[in-house]
Amino acid sequence: MAIFSVYAVNKSGGFIYQYDNYVHRAEAEKTFRYPLDCVLKIHDEKVVVSFGQRDGIRVGNALLSINGLDVNGKFTADGKEIIEYLKDSTNYPLSILFGRARLSSNEKLMPASMFHSLFAIGSQLSPEVGSTGIEMLETDMFKRHCFQTLTGIKLIVLTDPRQSGIDELLRKIYEIYSDFALKNPFYSLAMPIRSPGC
Amino acid sequence: MTNAELFTLTYGALVTQLCKDYENDEEVNKQLDKMGYNIGVRLIEDFLARSSVGRCQDFRETADVIAKVAFKMYLGITPSVTNWSPAGDEFSLILESNPLVDFVELPDNHSSLVYSNLLCGVLRGALEMVQMAVEVKFSQDTLRGDNVTEIRMKFIKRMEENLPAGDE
Repeated sequence: MAIFSVYAVNKSGGFIYQYDNYVHRAEAEKTFRYPLDCVLKIHDEKVVVSFGQRDGIRVGNALLSINGLDVNGKFTADGKEIIEYLKDSTNYPLSILFGRARLSSNEKLMPASMFHSLFAIGSQLSPEVGSTGIEMLETDMFKRHCFQTLTGIKLIVLTDPRQSGIDELLRKIYEIYSDFALKNPFYSLAMPIRSPGC
Repeated sequence: MTNAELFTLTYGALVTQLCKDYENDEEVNKQLDKMGYNIGVRLIEDFLARSSVGRCQDFRETADVIAKVAFKMYLGITPSVTNWSPAGDEFSLILESNPLVDFVELPDNHSSLVYSNLLCGVLRGALEMVQMAVEVKFSQDTLRGDNVTEIRMKFIKRMEENLPAGDE
């Protein structure tokens, strides 16, 4: 719980590895009767709440599942368009789960590349030569730790702000990574790591 | 049988098989160098993760780290660093013993085989991953009648596909 995610980025800024461990705390499931009192709209291939914030459902939350079945973008699990489905009063009452949208891999790639560029700028801004670059980004909700190896791999860990011992964790992750890069001869360096269970 | 002997045997089997496959000493040397290179680019991560040495400030420091930390860690030997060129860009590693060649005798028909050439590739590959281009070769070899085994390392250049970590 205190460690939210682990990412590894290679020398050119591409993702090698990602692992997310956060429990979605910002989810709300409610049973609705016709007509639906939130206004929904399509945004980025997802159905999101644009008006009608109440009871834990916030503007911007995406529609995650209907009656327990995960939705697929703007379609239900069995392929019907959600907006159309929700206009039909015979489908009610139904239970809808709203929450912060889970990011797809592509969506995670963008912030990661951006962080990679920020990191480069950060080191250049350093008044002293030989800076290690950005080591930590702190916000009220999380801390983002970054460790860059001499070979250019960046290990990024997102944790709870109160979590300590991250430096050790980063070293340990580096050790484990080096074991995987080493011991599997079929793994090409700087390529994404496919690991079961992640 | 200790672990070291299994290592020597494995390496020996590898070299003899390469000799059979390629039937040409020069080609075998090239293959050993290539294999060494592939090992080196991976070994460097393990080395950096376990030894926590930082970035070396100059080539002399690199030489010391290679001889005293890396060789010790992986082969259990500590070669000495000597014969620095006046410009400070070339040095020799003198190996009193070489675990790869325990009990090995080179036959006459393989006189141009550089038996331990894998090591050259390993050093080259590992240093390339930390942005140093080097040339590595054996200048003396006990298998070929010399008294000691000498590896000559020459610094070519700093590679500029650099880390954005504020290094120059």
